[in-house]
Amino acid sequence: MSPAEIEQIFRDESGRALATLIRLVGDFDLAEDVLQEAFAAALERWPASEPPANPRAWLVNVGRNKAIDRVRRQVAFRGKLGELTHELQNASVTDEAADASVLDDDMLRLVFTCCHPSFAMEVQVALTLRTVCGLSTAQVARGFLTSEEAMSQRLVRAKQKIRLAGISYEVPEREALEPRLRGVLAVIYLVFTEGYAATSGEDLMRPDLAREAIRLARLLDALMPGRREVKGLLALMLLHDARRAGRETAAGDIVLLEEQDRSLWDRTQIAEGLQLIEDALRLPGPPDPYAVQAAIAALHARAPNFEDTDWPQIAGLYEVLLRISPSPVIELNHAAAVSMVDGPARALDLIDALQARGGLDGYELLPAVRADLLRRLGRHDAAREAYVAATAATKLEPLRRLYARRMKELGAPSLRANGPREKRAR
Amino acid sequence: MQYLLLIYRNEAELAKMDPAARQKMSAEYGTYTQSIIQSGHFKAGDGLQPTSTATTVRVRDGKTLTTDGPFAETREQLGGYYLVEAKDLDTALGLAARIPGARDGSIEVRPVMIYK
Repeated sequence: MSPAEIEQIFRDESGRALATLIRLVGDFDLAEDVLQEAFAAALERWPASEPPANPRAWLVNVGRNKAIDRVRRQVAFRGKLGELTHELQNASVTDEAADASVLDDDMLRLVFTCCHPSFAMEVQVALTLRTVCGLSTAQVARGFLTSEEAMSQRLVRAKQKIRLAGISYEVPEREALEPRLRGVLAVIYLVFTEGYAATSGEDLMRPDLAREAIRLARLLDALMPGRREVKGLLALMLLHDARRAGRETAAGDIVLLEEQDRSLWDRTQIAEGLQLIEDALRLPGPPDPYAVQAAIAALHARAPNFEDTDWPQIAGLYEVLLRISPSPVIELNHAAAVSMVDGPARALDLIDALQARGGLDGYELLPAVRADLLRRLGRHDAAREAYVAATAATKLEPLRRLYARRMKELGAPSLRANGPREKRAR
Repeated sequence: MQYLLLIYRNEAELAKMDPAARQKMSAEYGTYTQSIIQSGHFKAGDGLQPTSTATTVRVRDGKTLTTDGPFAETREQLGGYYLVEAKDLDTALGLAARIPGARDGSIEVRPVMIYK
């Protein structure tokens, strides 16, 4: 077995192995330490001989034995008895590791613990990427555009909080499950959106983050089958991500939906997303925001081109979303869909009315949406102003380049504020 | 584990409360306290006089300095506490959410340190 193959096994198994070790040893840090030791032992032993049939069980077993050794040493050192936990002494991990349902429960425990609402959202995301996805601290730090040292401290504090505040290592029960699951899905979607359209930096997309989010949702769908919100979110992410190759030029410039080469879209992934939406819609329950957003993405995925997209149905679905989970993003997307049905003037009215109510205060994509509507209305001077505001509002380089391109297309400012074009548009 | 549930609320608004509302609030606190005594979570609990009665003490270079008022001026002030026994944070958060003051003020939930 090559070191690369062994690395791949670690990558695939670390989340689950860690999840089980945490339950067995009752401590996040100890579990992480002994899992690292088990990895080191595997790197030594596996290349020479045949790797074990069940690498995860092997890792858990070796990790558990290392933990027992450590605790024994501490017991001998401190002269204290009774420190070996019941589970460490009695669990026969080999049999247990073969029982997939026990391991699934452990993995769910880990997901719900990392996404506990007593952590700030950012901390939930970082903990999940580090422990559930098995990313290194350096990789997580890159995801947050922060230093490895700062990220490491944040993770240490979070794990300390789990221990000191008594955050239980359990999947919430009954009525607590629904809100907590929504929290877990919000974490996954946040990881995805940051990967799909970064909020800052040089690159529009960070496909590694989008991939991790899809992997997490797949895992959750397997662990909690038959939940429409999980299927809805997975479908939504698959359908968005399927367009990845069409969304960017080789030079890293943004290609908007209306200009995208649809033959570049990943049809296999689209088919999977469409199937998941069907499954989600068949399950009982009220309309779920993720499933509705996925249905919108499906209409885009099915459309032969931008003009022949089913805009009236998309606008209608955004109205559903405005009812069940209103937000500035949904308002803006709704207005954009309305502009395709009733024209940009009607959409601009919607946005201006919203803005007057203060519903979009500080929302950074607002000037960009206004700029596009004004441009389509032929109100070039107002559009130019809005693009300047949009440029100031974003920290993402590719978006700045897009706005610069648009401004160039608009040409030089006219001498009078109300040029002839402006009059004609009205 | 033991948790201290610290009840913060806006004193100025509390002072404006009419007698009927005040009585209703006391009754709700009474009911709540009884319920957590019965469920076995209650260890201790008290309300505090307003921060206008507070004195802050510091010792610097061996000299005792006293100042009138609380340590820091904040929008919400500490007004009372419960000390509870709970099996985990979720249970403690659940107890905190049921405190009447959680609806207009806020409850800080702090695990009590264990000395080994």
